[in-house]
Amino acid sequence: MDNDDAVFRALAEASRRQLLDLLRVRNGRTLGELRRGVDMSRQAVAKHLAVLECANLVSFLRLGREKLHFINPAPINAIAERWISKFDRGRIAALSDLKRNLEGEDDE
Amino acid sequence: MSNAATSQFVYVTYIRTTADRLWSALTSTEFSQKYWLGARTEAEWRKGGAWRIVFPDGRLADSGEIVEFEPAKRLAIRWRNEWSPELKDEGWSLCTMEIEPAAGESVKLTVRHAIERDDSKFIGAVSGGWPQILSNLKSLLETGATILPPKYAS
Repeated sequence: MDNDDAVFRALAEASRRQLLDLLRVRNGRTLGELRRGVDMSRQAVAKHLAVLECANLVSFLRLGREKLHFINPAPINAIAERWISKFDRGRIAALSDLKRNLEGEDDE
Repeated sequence: MSNAATSQFVYVTYIRTTADRLWSALTSTEFSQKYWLGARTEAEWRKGGAWRIVFPDGRLADSGEIVEFEPAKRLAIRWRNEWSPELKDEGWSLCTMEIEPAAGESVKLTVRHAIERDDSKFIGAVSGGWPQILSNLKSLLETGATILPPKYAS
């Protein structure tokens, strides 16, 4: 199953990247909790989550009536390995660290 | 927050293989050495059996007990870190691996790893390792080769 098209399509939308960022900071949120972190309607959040689930970028767990959403890095890891693993991971990580330091971006 | 006292992640990967082959990969010490970043899992493969992860040099990485064992369907491990005093102090976690049929002659593997505490460093640590392990497992089952070199190779 080649999932790459779905992954790139899902990531091509800023709102969906924003939802992934929220899950990166705190994993396992309900739709309602995610909705409070963004300037989007409940319907829009639900629609974006469905696209992310379709691309397997978001996984979920049902606990009773609640549905908890999790960021699922497996497809991004597969893409990274396809194009990056042949190169020097250490140097690429060092470049990312340098960029983060120079630009003053906090990891969280 | 609905889950304030739990740290957990849920990873999902689709693998072009059969449930039986995936189950064998998850429950074989010899096979685990090929995808578990150079370490290996050893266990009495039955419910209630002792389970552990061992580094190549023989040091114990993690230990635990198999609490659910349903061949080709579900494996759950009560799991504690052993190599880092700080992580070991966090106590027992639960890791469940579930295999389900999926479209296109593939199976869906869901790995959930949880611990009953907030902001767990243990979950932070294992959440970084699992994506590589899952990629290796997928690659090994689909093509017979792993992509990443063993992380803990001497």
